[in-house]
Amino acid sequence: MIRTGFVERNLRILFPLPAVAFVMVMMLFPVLYTLFLSFTNWNLTSGMPLKWVWLRSYGRVFAEPRFLEALGRTIVFTLSAVTLETFLGTTVALVLNREFAGKGLVKLLLLLPLVATPVAVGIVFNLFYDPTIGLANWVLTSLGLAKSNWVSGASTVLPSLILVDVWQWTPMISLIVLAGLAGLSAEPYESARVDGATEAQILRLITLPMAMPTIITAMTLRTVDGLKTFDIIYAMTGGGPGYASETLNILGYKYSFEYFRMGQSSVVLVVLFLVVLAASLGIMKLRGQSEF
Amino acid sequence: MRRKAILALVVALAIVATATAQQKEIRVLLANHPYGDLLKSAIPEFEASSGIKVNLEQYQEGQLSTKLATEFATGSSTVDVFMTRPLQETKMFYKNGWYQPLASYDFADFPKASLGLVSFGSKTYVVPIVTEWQVLYYRIDLLKKAGLAVPTTFADLEAAAKRLNSADVAGFASRGKGNPAVTQMSSFLYNYGGTYLDKGKAVFNSKAALDAIRFYGKMLGTYGPAGVTAMSWDNIMPVFQAGKIAMWTDASVFYSQIVDPAKSQVPAESVGIANFPAGPKGNTPFIVVSWGMAISKKTKSLDAAQTFLAWATSADMAKRALGNQQITVARNSPWLDKAVLAKVNPGLIETRAYAAKNGVPFDRPYMSAVGEARDRIGEVIIESINTKGESANLEKKANDMVVKVNELLEDTGEYGVQ
Repeated sequence: MIRTGFVERNLRILFPLPAVAFVMVMMLFPVLYTLFLSFTNWNLTSGMPLKWVWLRSYGRVFAEPRFLEALGRTIVFTLSAVTLETFLGTTVALVLNREFAGKGLVKLLLLLPLVATPVAVGIVFNLFYDPTIGLANWVLTSLGLAKSNWVSGASTVLPSLILVDVWQWTPMISLIVLAGLAGLSAEPYESARVDGATEAQILRLITLPMAMPTIITAMTLRTVDGLKTFDIIYAMTGGGPGYASETLNILGYKYSFEYFRMGQSSVVLVVLFLVVLAASLGIMKLRGQSEF
Repeated sequence: MRRKAILALVVALAIVATATAQQKEIRVLLANHPYGDLLKSAIPEFEASSGIKVNLEQYQEGQLSTKLATEFATGSSTVDVFMTRPLQETKMFYKNGWYQPLASYDFADFPKASLGLVSFGSKTYVVPIVTEWQVLYYRIDLLKKAGLAVPTTFADLEAAAKRLNSADVAGFASRGKGNPAVTQMSSFLYNYGGTYLDKGKAVFNSKAALDAIRFYGKMLGTYGPAGVTAMSWDNIMPVFQAGKIAMWTDASVFYSQIVDPAKSQVPAESVGIANFPAGPKGNTPFIVVSWGMAISKKTKSLDAAQTFLAWATSADMAKRALGNQQITVARNSPWLDKAVLAKVNPGLIETRAYAAKNGVPFDRPYMSAVGEARDRIGEVIIESINTKGESANLEKKANDMVVKVNELLEDTGEYGVQ
């Protein structure tokens, strides 16, 4: 009886406890531990125990040109990919929001890139992109265009990777926006039509503003994912050629698992964490302003 | 009734648990390498004869390094025996105390040079399994058609590459991706009279080294396949197999894969193996122990691990590897066994004999932070390839990278230490 009483009195604490424990152990602890490591010089190749070095690891990472380049590249990759995906994804969603024959099939086809494993996608695209025996250059030459080095060239690697990201993730934006469009109230449309608004005016002044919160939600999700992109880049280029496609996540991985400099790897990841946090907060603020 | 059933279940479980405890088990980590595949297929024989159960895992080489280092560093490892890359990992693994010394192993059948790298003080920690040396793979048919002899010097190599290069076929290939290129660049470096490290200091900015890096860049930048700075051996192989490369320098270990009829459009009789060509300062290609096997310091089944190691690295296994799979094993005895040699490509036998006599036992800077050092040297190599060896910036870049590699040596207490 006493026990039952205890449970009943503390339901508010006990029920969320598993979730709280999960967040603490699986999310909060790794973040805090990474933060702790970033102030140490833990380096497996030296064979010495870790030492607290205050900001020295930060100093060494920030002085490394590769780090700033990777930071810039992460932002360029994400901005380009998310902009393209949002534009294409919203356009596709607007088309799919109308009735036409074969709509179900188109929706199904649209889903396919989403369910593919990114590493497998990377391997297949690498075959397409091979500059000597790949399909992509065969297509270019068949059309009378010049060959490209795709992911094998320092200047073409980032656009080629963005293309793969756009191919895979545009459907996600489409699906989210489509769901948002389906939920829009019909009244504003009816009023607009009665007032003689054109389709273009309806799109610009009614549909897009009303769908904006949904579009921004989709953008937030994609931006966070884009900043963290690892699998496609790692599987396709490993950050190369040279360091030409090295983003913060790839650099952090290399620091820890190829160079075994755990302290400096943690610095890179702390910076990535802050970038993701800032981007999320920024976009959420934008969403707050766009509430209709 | 219910109680009886529970009791019976508990007794049954206890019997099963005891039986399991009596059978020894070990956890073995192998690489995705022909030798790892051979062991994988032979492990049922070992289990039947020894009564030891082997829990096997196989990984690609980079992932294997990461997996081992992460498990060992966190102290959570249950690994007993593992394949390891002496030049890449041994210094770091030894420093961290992750290897079990192999006091009772008989090393009489191994070349002394191969043991030098895996011994510290009076103890040896790794059994060498596979050796690799650099060779020149070439298309017999294409050279013949062009009326060319097999190149024996860098000058010949360049002339032949120039003749054979066309819109459809690259005259010459070698690894151009920075990090992996470092090992295949090493023989070029030695043949120009350079080296990566000397007395614990980075010296790949010497005149000889820069000449070698320029030549390598010129060859790949001018006659190499498109996108060569993104290519390691695994990217070059399918292009060679598609008949789009005339000559290719890489490690000897790839011959059987190159001529695999299931994958190659080039018939085996059109692929030749020759000695690596000589440079201005002679011909001393690398010959290295690319793979070895070791026991974890943390093993809880030392006896079983030693039994497995002895079996997996035995002379019999080495003969099977060389004779049946053309795997270039480290032991001496298979290379003296006529019955085994009868099944081996003569090109492999000849080039091995040459490299064993004249070669250098390193193909990369031998240091703990080798992964990062290779990336740094790779930057210089890529700069050279991108400019066909003409970069005005190459010397500065090499000087900068020498500073970086020396920093790494200082970080790990290896700077200036022989």
